[in-house]
Amino acid sequence: MNRLNDGERGIFRRFQAGYGAIGLLVSGALAAVLLLTVSYLPGFGQADRPTENEVSQRYIAKGLEETGATNVVAAVILDYRAFDTLGESAVLFAALAAVILLLREEPAALARRMAERKPFEPDQGPILRITARVLIPWLLLFGAYLVLNGHLSPGGGFSGGAVTGAAMILHNLAFGPEQTRRFLSERIFFRLLVGALCFYGLAKGYVFFTGGNHLPGSIPLGQAGSIFSGGLIGPLNIAVGIVTACAVYGIFALFDRGGW
Amino acid sequence: MIWLHSIPLICILLTLLTAAVSLPGRGRWGEGLCLLTAGAVTVLSAALLVDLWRTGESFTFAMGHFPAPWGNELRAGVFEALMAAAFSAVALCSLLAGRERIRQDIAPARLGVYYAQCSLLLCSLLALIYTNDMFTAYVFIEINTLTACAIVVAKDTPETVLATIRYLFMSLLGSGLFLIGVILLYAITGHLLMPNILAAMSQLAASGEYALPTGMIILLLSLGLAVKSALFPFHTWLPSAHGSATTASSAILSGIVLKGYVVLLLKIFYRVFGLEFVHRLRTPDLLFVLGLAGMLMGSVLAIRERDIKRMLAYSSVAQIGYIFMGIGLSTLTGTVAACFHILTHAVTKPLLFCAADGLMEASGRQRDIFAMKGAGRRNLLAGVAFAVGALSMVGIPLFSGFVSKLYFALGSLGDPDKMLPALLMLVLSAVLNAMYYLPVLVTIYMGDPVDGALRLERAKNKGGYILAVGALIGLNFVLGIRYPAVIAAIERGLATL
Repeated sequence: MNRLNDGERGIFRRFQAGYGAIGLLVSGALAAVLLLTVSYLPGFGQADRPTENEVSQRYIAKGLEETGATNVVAAVILDYRAFDTLGESAVLFAALAAVILLLREEPAALARRMAERKPFEPDQGPILRITARVLIPWLLLFGAYLVLNGHLSPGGGFSGGAVTGAAMILHNLAFGPEQTRRFLSERIFFRLLVGALCFYGLAKGYVFFTGGNHLPGSIPLGQAGSIFSGGLIGPLNIAVGIVTACAVYGIFALFDRGGW
Repeated sequence: MIWLHSIPLICILLTLLTAAVSLPGRGRWGEGLCLLTAGAVTVLSAALLVDLWRTGESFTFAMGHFPAPWGNELRAGVFEALMAAAFSAVALCSLLAGRERIRQDIAPARLGVYYAQCSLLLCSLLALIYTNDMFTAYVFIEINTLTACAIVVAKDTPETVLATIRYLFMSLLGSGLFLIGVILLYAITGHLLMPNILAAMSQLAASGEYALPTGMIILLLSLGLAVKSALFPFHTWLPSAHGSATTASSAILSGIVLKGYVVLLLKIFYRVFGLEFVHRLRTPDLLFVLGLAGMLMGSVLAIRERDIKRMLAYSSVAQIGYIFMGIGLSTLTGTVAACFHILTHAVTKPLLFCAADGLMEASGRQRDIFAMKGAGRRNLLAGVAFAVGALSMVGIPLFSGFVSKLYFALGSLGDPDKMLPALLMLVLSAVLNAMYYLPVLVTIYMGDPVDGALRLERAKNKGGYILAVGALIGLNFVLGIRYPAVIAAIERGLATL
């Protein structure tokens, strides 16, 4: 921009304006066409919708009996369509790995950066620290509740993991990375993350293998409604929760300082 | 039988677990593991291909204890097994040939993560090939998008960061269009598994219900995948991304990542809408026109380019144009030609990228074509490899590119409306290809280097590079000479798709 003379700068501005206008036009047209399409779809709550078919009926009618989970959503995402959820966990893993790839510092560089930053760190002050001290146990408890009760009530690995991850971010902000590292070092972080993903892959891989080959391989479902029920759904929820919490906290830590 | 039918599942899980365990480790561990897994997946997919070819059957594999419309499913036939075997072999060769460069381009602390991303990328490609479920396809498209961007940005230079931001935006636009398509598809059919959607679709096609949404869905799915496989005019992200990444990434991205989406699109045409219905909706005509435009523009833009990697990247735009042109023809031979060209380009473009890497190394790491005078004499293997790749892309007999062009021409004969433009563009495009590949060949063999110090240098290639480049050259000749078997496999695969 600075290398251009006045005439060229004018042309450049006009080009930018025209480019913006065309972009706006195209996006507007796309939005209009999509809205038009939506108006042709079956209406919300209409009785004879195509989605009102044997698939959702069986999920609702037999979900409890077949999966042992009182939460139908958990039954669908972690039992009927568990492969998709394995993929979703892998998406979180891939996103975290991409951030690591881009932002991770060598340990020596990380230590140097932290030392340089130290004098400029603001003092968090008593308000944040005391609030965090009160909030964090409840956040962790709530996160654990969402994960462990995922097969019984609304919640599950993704939401519970996000709450747990948020609690760890709060801990990090209020007390500093050294304190958080005392219970969540790099080594523990990776062990949790890799262990959870491998557990999901192997446990569900066994179910896929037996199911796909029509072998018996069912896991006891337990008594519906109790905490130990739903077969693999509970353990899988824990695995998904760990992956989600690790992804949330890991991405924060990497953006903050490039390491743990 | 049990083990054979479990191969798709085993391959997907194996690559996923490899990605997980190589993330925290340091470089060498991830490198060895990733190469080992890619090799194992290649062998397993080849075993599956041989068996399915012999029996001629295809099968679905329920992912869990719940049958079709309720649970996820994988599906494998000759077509899927062929693509999986080819893709994993190309991934293995690219990583093996680019191994030394990866060690130089990527910081040691990030090496393990790079290989984790490569394994995950292979996992997502395998899942895209084998899936029998539209939502599973979307989930693995997400993984594919993230990992493909990650292996570009791994080099961490300003150029790659800028290229990745572009790539990410365009790629996410494509995923978004695809996702909207899947949502609309679910709203009007009530299913996510391909055979069930097909059944519902044929009813809708007969009754004429939801005509507008149906047309919109196929447009959204096709364009979404076209953006991600860089069909002209959605190719703008490709040259900078493929041109600036490390060699192995460029080879993997151009060789197999672009094609994964084309394979998925073919599965959607055959297994979700039914080919007849697709042709009635006239989507192939749109793809045909864009494919022709891509063939022309990709080559024209490549001629202008002096940076060898960007030139190869623009050439990919032209080759993707060929593939979509073939799909756009309303004949079976056209689609067979497109599938054959997927394989041709998958073995040729990685070869060219690896060869270009060797030539650049022999010319003081310069990417400018004119700096490579005599580079083919300094690095003999890279020179031969580039010559094989270039002649194949131009379409000289005995090389694989010739066979695809022959079948494209044959395919166009069956479609009177599209015959003339297709044949004209095939001839024109061959001339244009020659116009940018042959001068490079002349430059790397004739002429003396500008820098006198380079004159006496002889490059020493590492064992992995020799092995991988040799394998890619070999595959090129296999496709070029033993093509009847490959064509027969593709025909059988498409017939049972």
